[in-house]
Amino acid sequence: MKREAIANAGLALLLLAVPLAASTMGEPFYITLATRIAVLALAAVGLNIALGLGGLVSFGHAAFFGLGGYAAGILATHAFNAEPLFFGIPSTTSMPVIWLVAMLVCGLIALPIGAISLRTSGVYFIMITLAFAQMIYYFAISWPAYGGEDGLSIYVRNSFPGINTARPLPFFLVCYGLLALGLMLFWALRGSRFGAALQAARQNATRLAAVGIPPFRIRLTAFAISAMVTGLAGALFADLNRFTSPSMLSWHMSGELLVLVILGGKGRLFGPVAGAMLYVLLEYWLGGITERWQFFLGLILLGVVLFARGGLMGLIAGKERHG
Amino acid sequence: MRRILAAAGLSLALSGYAYAEPVKIGVITTLSGGGAGLGIDTRDAFTLAIKQSGNKDVELVIEDDAQKPELAVQIAEKMIQSDKVDLMTGIIWSNLAMAVVPNVVAQDIIYLSPNAGPSALAGANCNPNYFNVAYQNDNFHEAMGQYATQTYKKTFILAPNYPAGKDSLTGFKRFYKGELAGELYTQVGQTDYAAEIAQIRASGADSVFFFLPGGMGIAFMKQYAQSGVNIPVMGPSFSFSQDVLPAVGDAALGVKNSASWSKDLDNEANKKFVEAFQAEYGRLPSIYAAQSWDTANLILSALSKASVKDKEAFRAALKEADFDSVRGDFKFNTNNHPIQDIYIREVVKEGDVLTNKIVATAFEDHTDAYADQCSMP
Amino acid sequence: MSTALLIEQLLNGLQLGVMLFLMAAGLTLIFGVMGLINLAHGSLYMIGAFACALVAAATGSFWIGLLASLVAAAAAGAIVEILVIRRLYERDHLDQVLATFALILMFSEGARWLFGSFPLYLDIPPLLQGAVPLPGGGQYQLYRLGIITVGVLVALGLYLLISRTRLGMRIRAGESDREMIAALGVDISTLYTVVFALGAALAGLAGAMVGALQSVQVGMGEPVLILAFVVIVIGGIGSIKGALFGAVLVGIVDTMGRFLLPQALTLVLPPSQAALVGGALASMLIYIVMALILAVRPSGLFAAQS
Repeated sequence: MKREAIANAGLALLLLAVPLAASTMGEPFYITLATRIAVLALAAVGLNIALGLGGLVSFGHAAFFGLGGYAAGILATHAFNAEPLFFGIPSTTSMPVIWLVAMLVCGLIALPIGAISLRTSGVYFIMITLAFAQMIYYFAISWPAYGGEDGLSIYVRNSFPGINTARPLPFFLVCYGLLALGLMLFWALRGSRFGAALQAARQNATRLAAVGIPPFRIRLTAFAISAMVTGLAGALFADLNRFTSPSMLSWHMSGELLVLVILGGKGRLFGPVAGAMLYVLLEYWLGGITERWQFFLGLILLGVVLFARGGLMGLIAGKERHG
Repeated sequence: MRRILAAAGLSLALSGYAYAEPVKIGVITTLSGGGAGLGIDTRDAFTLAIKQSGNKDVELVIEDDAQKPELAVQIAEKMIQSDKVDLMTGIIWSNLAMAVVPNVVAQDIIYLSPNAGPSALAGANCNPNYFNVAYQNDNFHEAMGQYATQTYKKTFILAPNYPAGKDSLTGFKRFYKGELAGELYTQVGQTDYAAEIAQIRASGADSVFFFLPGGMGIAFMKQYAQSGVNIPVMGPSFSFSQDVLPAVGDAALGVKNSASWSKDLDNEANKKFVEAFQAEYGRLPSIYAAQSWDTANLILSALSKASVKDKEAFRAALKEADFDSVRGDFKFNTNNHPIQDIYIREVVKEGDVLTNKIVATAFEDHTDAYADQCSMP
Repeated sequence: MSTALLIEQLLNGLQLGVMLFLMAAGLTLIFGVMGLINLAHGSLYMIGAFACALVAAATGSFWIGLLASLVAAAAAGAIVEILVIRRLYERDHLDQVLATFALILMFSEGARWLFGSFPLYLDIPPLLQGAVPLPGGGQYQLYRLGIITVGVLVALGLYLLISRTRLGMRIRAGESDREMIAALGVDISTLYTVVFALGAALAGLAGAMVGALQSVQVGMGEPVLILAFVVIVIGGIGSIKGALFGAVLVGIVDTMGRFLLPQALTLVLPPSQAALVGGALASMLIYIVMALILAVRPSGLFAAQS
């Protein structure tokens, strides 16, 4: 465990140090890149709760990522045009309120999706979560009110009390802070009785039911919490790009979120952070050297699956110990 | 992908331009995935125009957006913050333009669109830093509507169920005065049109108007030709452009389509362009190449009049549109969108090669329906 | 709405279903025997279409192209199985999803590298050009009837292969008990390669046949892949019968949804609005059907024993 703790601290410091250094050197783009890493890592932390702790392979988490993005986009649009939302309730550009709305919406939608999906298992679970995400994707593309496939622009980045979010570094710090909170949540869940029950449900559901804990309810709760964290990340992602669109809901995005978790090491606390760092940097670096970057990205991903089981954290910090 | 051409350090030789300081242009376009053909034509024409101008002060930073809006946004940030580009261009798709353009122009970077022209950027959200060198999205559809009014009485119309599709049918209906035999929105990315073609057959239409860009249009045309339905089809040039015609094959022969450009347009600039493009790349240019070539030449013309560092003067120089367009007459409207002629073309065979020739002019000096909503100083 | 139109639309649904069956049969076979989720199945479909288009352009014959598509897809399948896939059988589904996702990226970019970015040309063979009259006054495209015929023949062939041949016996044995079949001295790794190549060939065949109707381009396999997954999940993963049933169900539901929903909505909405809302609902329809079926029968309609 000690080696992993050192690796975790190293990753956390690295992600903080690079933007600070970039800021003093006047290279704001690296702050943007680090913000992207932090936000995608948070989305993957959310997925990791379902996937790593609960063993629930959701191939539809883009649905929650996108819904979070749309929550931010829709609220910002209404506020920008000074249109009330409904029943005369005024909209807002305050990030904390937007985050709450995003998480609430994702949690509420995750409950019915989870309730139906969790009746299945294995490949069926993978595919039914994909089906739900596809439903929402097609709905978003063809629903004209909020831009359809063109997406929704956020003309001015939403605000956070006391911080100028339009500047890269303060916005990065907001995202970094939320990532830290997300990681703490994951850590607390994993160590809690709830987390123990969830992991027991993954390993042996029958035994768990035998001691009087219904695995379904535990899993459903985990799925909803997981969706809420990913939705929060979606809201940040929309603010980062000042834009939200159905491509956040696409099955490619679901695939990418899975890639982040597995690349870093599923179930590991800092797995999503390591995965997001590697993925974003690869995309940036390969994209800079060759037009064929997607080919080499595929090759590297394949190499990781085949030869580096346990992902990046497995390489850095050794095999995970159970118990 | 990043390729830097014509390094600024080599530019001591006099280039004949008034301002010989280095200019960096960021080109974000689609170079991978299913839509890469359009981006490659855009890139190739742009680099060729810069190369032929002999202007050694222009440095290009070209990157692939993979047709993903989020990636395009990230590349735009990188080009502005890290590469410190002076101008940006290259985006093919409306949804990517909507993701990138508002942000870019808000940071006082000038963006020139070589293809997409979403209505949102032409009307109330127009911007002095945004120049559309191609068309407003409705334009080609409006021209087809105009043509259909003169030719047909009962047209069946269809487009994909997304904003550009809705703009398309709205644009068509704006100028079409006949009766509609039916109106359909198909799924984005749909590849089988048997159900739609059956409805067209049953509708009693005397003509079909469709807007199905990319692979969708290729699939529709091939299936339509085999279906035994003999009603004439027409559409905007996207499904009959030089990049997709070889894939559609003879099914496209005789189809009328609308565009602001055709390779047989009779002017000096166009002849030079078609010849140069063919000599360099061994294929005929598409409309995307033509628009990109014009974009490059517009930039070059403005560079010879003003310094890109003086935004005010440079915008004014762009707005003059003092370059030899391959489309003949080309002016900017008050909303920085083109005023240009729009033609009806017909797909013909020249030897073994399918291509287009102009058969009529739908509009002269056509503008767009949104310019009134744009209030720009 | 006339009966002729209704018959024509039902045929269209059937044809879409048959095409999906060719994709789904390979997927479900591979899953049933080896327990593998193969996201790269759409890439094999693309390889079939590219091979057919290139060979047909070079030789001038669609039929030689069709043969080439079978060979190319089967060969690509066998090579990928030997190099990559066989390392994944013992892994969990998650690793399989990731590895085959990576393969999609490599195949798509590789195809663009080799064959360029512009769509290729592939036309229907002269023998199957044109349309035939339908009872009730409609017309139907001959080539689509050809696709339906091929699909029915393939379904029949697969049934005979699995129920009547030695290879089929081994496949059935492999589905029910993997250790046992190895203990019986069957060369399991060759069996797996053969099954994977067979699935790949079916995908390649589908790609080639559909390529003549659509555009042959990079990324063409992805929309079909998702639909094929919907099919095998509805049918019950691992069951060929389920794949056939699911494919026809999805084909007909999708086609009829696109056809009837906008019309039904004109009763309550103005035409433009009805077209929009109907189109939106139609695109979500098969996913709604899938969710409903799985909510009632969590392992699909014809679940193989797991």
